[in-house]
Amino acid sequence: MLKADKREVVVIGGGAAGMEAAGQLAKAGCIVTLLERESVTGGHVKNWYHLFPDSRNSDEVIEYLARQVNHDNITVRTGVTAGSLEKNGKSIIINTSRGERIRSDAVIVATGFDLFESRRKEEYGYGIYDNVISSADLEMMFRKDSIKRHDGETPRRIGFVHCVGSRDAKVNNLYCSKLCCVTAVKQAMEVKKHIGNASVYCFYMDMRMGGALYEELYKESQEKYGIIYIRGKVSEVSENIDTRLIVKVEDTLAGRPLRMELDMLVLMAGMEMSEGGMGLAESSGLKTGENRFFAPADHHFGTNKSTVAGIFYAGACTAPMNITETISHARAAVADVMDYFRNI
Amino acid sequence: MGDFGFTVLKERHINYDANDKSIAEYIAEREPSFRICIECGCCSATCTTGNFIRFSLRELQILLKRGENEIVREQIDRCMLCGKCILVCPRGVNTRNVILLAREAFRKSVENEI
Ligand code: SF4
Ligand code: SF4
Ligand code: SF4
Repeated sequence: MLKADKREVVVIGGGAAGMEAAGQLAKAGCIVTLLERESVTGGHVKNWYHLFPDSRNSDEVIEYLARQVNHDNITVRTGVTAGSLEKNGKSIIINTSRGERIRSDAVIVATGFDLFESRRKEEYGYGIYDNVISSADLEMMFRKDSIKRHDGETPRRIGFVHCVGSRDAKVNNLYCSKLCCVTAVKQAMEVKKHIGNASVYCFYMDMRMGGALYEELYKESQEKYGIIYIRGKVSEVSENIDTRLIVKVEDTLAGRPLRMELDMLVLMAGMEMSEGGMGLAESSGLKTGENRFFAPADHHFGTNKSTVAGIFYAGACTAPMNITETISHARAAVADVMDYFRNI
Repeated sequence: MGDFGFTVLKERHINYDANDKSIAEYIAEREPSFRICIECGCCSATCTTGNFIRFSLRELQILLKRGENEIVREQIDRCMLCGKCILVCPRGVNTRNVILLAREAFRKSVENEI
């Protein structure tokens, strides 16, 4: 039996999942190396403003995660990419972008997700029309406390397009990204908080409010903020001569096509398997599912396990997840690592 | 007794059990993608015809599935088969073929072939 004590574990990815996993491993006595390919840790969370369901400032999460990895047993290495993993007896060797070969007793892959590149839905005009922005762009505007059109005007009519890059055979993403509905609700309310007299519309196919307090938030958005929900998938966006955006959509509940002019359109970009994760899957023979995320060894009892002994998964590299779920999933990954150490 | 204007109204329900779903079945057998529509309305939003006259491919598809065939029979020829709807459908429904098959099914049903 190998005790967790002084076991070496490499965590790949320094977002919420990786940071939480590293922190929990360190507390359990493991020696942890956390590899992050960007120059700073924090992943996507650092680009967010307020989080659903309770409008918590995302900086609080960043601070929490920073505390988690502030531990003597953890070495955080930024600007390093894990190129491939290979088994060597019971060890796992991580080949890095710097040409190193790091030995470890176990690896947690926490490579997260990439936001869908909205340009790929050309018909929505992202990158073509200045006032078509993505949900991530809007978060940055919230962070800067300035929601402005490209011409500097404050938008009065703002639309949100759900399911951009998700549930869409045209971009080969059949799955639902799970978080964008509630993100749209949250952002719609946030827009109203910033611009009191704005009219805000959400164009949705289904309101997927499955998480804790999501439905309540949806109701609050109608009741207190007057957000208007229109059931129909936007098929195209065009721009008129004064750079207002015209959306084409069928109001499927009224059963008639609807035309609307907007000052700003926000695309709710979905989540995709990250490029880094994809590279690792290819170079290291890790299985991916139809949705291209890492396929867990078992959908009930092994969502943190890969099919390779000693390699585990944490967070949104296995499926779209919110921060709460990501942190729980990372903790569960550590429990699996501990179990693995007890049994080898 | 005064006349309160009460009268027996025509049935408003979709009489699902009694309705004839054979047209929908005819289409689904030959074009299975007919089954996977999620009623998003993208096809109708983009449809050239639907922007000028009453014609919603989304609506016609659901009506066929419920066996409300008469409206569809009246309207299905309004489509000009331009194929724009196929380009936008997020489920990859072969909408154009659905329309062609619906027309074929109606033709055959007149000729008592289905
Ligand atoms: S969560 Fe909502 S917006 Fe996101 S993919 Fe699912 S249905 Fe679409
Ligand atoms: S093929 Fe018919 S239903 Fe489709 S967009 Fe053209 S006219 Fe409309
Ligand atoms: S675009 Fe496709 S999924 Fe949407 S209503 Fe039309 S046929 Fe159905």
